[in-house]
Amino acid sequence: MLDNSPRYDHLPAAPGVGYKPQHFAELRADPGPVKWIEVHAENYMGDGGRPLAQLRALSEQFAVSVHGVGLSIGGEGALDAEHLARLKKLVGWAQPASFSEHLAWSTHGAEFLNDLLPLPYTNATLTRVAEHINQVQSTLGCQMLLENPSSYLAFAESTWSETEFLTELVKRTGCGLLLDVNNVFISATNLGLSARAYIEAFPLHAVGEIHVGGHDEETDDHGAPLLIDSHGKPVVDPVWALLDITLAKSGARPVLVEWDTDVPDWPTLRSEAERAARALSPVQ
Amino acid sequence: MTVSQTTFRSALLDPSEAVPEGLRDGADAPAGRRFSVYRNNVVVSLTEALQVAFPLVYKLLGGQTFAKLAAVYVREHPPSAPLMMHYGDALPDFLEQFKPLAHIGYLPDCARLDLALRASYHAADAPALAAEELQCAPKVLLEKTFALAPSTRILRSRWPLHDIWRVNFEADAPKSRAVAQDVLITRPEFDPAPHLLPSGAATWLEGLASGQTFGTAHDAAVADFADFDLAQALTLALQTRALTDDKTKDH
Repeated sequence: MLDNSPRYDHLPAAPGVGYKPQHFAELRADPGPVKWIEVHAENYMGDGGRPLAQLRALSEQFAVSVHGVGLSIGGEGALDAEHLARLKKLVGWAQPASFSEHLAWSTHGAEFLNDLLPLPYTNATLTRVAEHINQVQSTLGCQMLLENPSSYLAFAESTWSETEFLTELVKRTGCGLLLDVNNVFISATNLGLSARAYIEAFPLHAVGEIHVGGHDEETDDHGAPLLIDSHGKPVVDPVWALLDITLAKSGARPVLVEWDTDVPDWPTLRSEAERAARALSPVQ
Repeated sequence: MTVSQTTFRSALLDPSEAVPEGLRDGADAPAGRRFSVYRNNVVVSLTEALQVAFPLVYKLLGGQTFAKLAAVYVREHPPSAPLMMHYGDALPDFLEQFKPLAHIGYLPDCARLDLALRASYHAADAPALAAEELQCAPKVLLEKTFALAPSTRILRSRWPLHDIWRVNFEADAPKSRAVAQDVLITRPEFDPAPHLLPSGAATWLEGLASGQTFGTAHDAAVADFADFDLAQALTLALQTRALTDDKTKDH
């Protein structure tokens, strides 16, 4: 009999890394503290070839998180039924320990804009996003995690704070949350808010996964700092400090290091995972 | 002041449009340059996706010209689905009409070659046709049908397409010849590669792909190309694993 049961029903409260194909052999031979990997769903929606073969091999060794970047959960229109079907197919064969997506929109009409675009936090947005989350969870037959965005601007029309908005979504849909502390740091810096206060207000009981990653530093029209969520550098100390504050409150959680552009060699990424392991050790 | 996604999208792709009112910075001042982060992300990420997807076109044009082409293309043809692995399928036809690069007549076919290699990379896996399948009486063989592997692609070009690819990606490749070339793309395991097809072989393979018997496809190839050499074409098809045993995976 084939065993079709999920290998993991949740991610281990340990370090994970965003998987990059160039690390395939070294990650498998020398994972260090890495117990799980995260893949971008859309890269594994082909019919065959190397991507699918690698994911099959990796899922023998690691718990897998499937992280969508194209579902456009915040879109004004209906969810793309074809894309949702592709996700269901992927989740069906890869049997990931977790599926997550973003509080953002990326599709408009027949166009996919390939970026995570921001939403106003209004009652109308809340209703729409909750409906979309319910649709995803009932289609996939599992709870999903929703990730807080990195913000470069705010909407004058917003009537909810981001933490209130996410708390209410959890209440209405039963979804979990993916807390990206790098995004918290970026948004707080860009919008003049307190990252600590954000973590204090965040519904940490619902957090199923934490992200850390690197960002770029620029300035806006007035010379104020403008941080860009580039995932192309090491995690900075203030973000590690924010992770410590979060873990002290939440307890151990799966912590993922994201590095998507200017991808470093495996030993460099592994040492970031070792840093995440050190952050986890006091709470384990 | 609400900002609809239609308004947001319009300003995103057209830098001459004003930043929508209702977008603010942390001090409740107009968002200004902060909106450019999104404008920049969209164009840069789509340009990078094209650069990765079209290595031959990129090599031929160089970074600056490619970026100018991409800046026009990504605004006229943003992706139609979240599957970036298929992004750029309209580029060959776009290039046919794109006047600034009309002097590079072979560029659209080079884009087709890049696209075909990528499609092959993501195509379904299938077992290769075993040579034993062909070891039967000629009469039996002529009535057999064979499917192309899902990762097999055939391109017909009026340009020396295979030579152009070699000159750009192989060390010590000979100069391109002034001839039309048909190209076979196959993926023996995970890495697709282009091969030069001999005269008539494209007709023969396309015949097999459309369900013609071995004999009918052969006759069609000979009718169009008197010099069609079946043994040579068959050897290439077997060596490159262009055919599959599994007809259910025919496409």
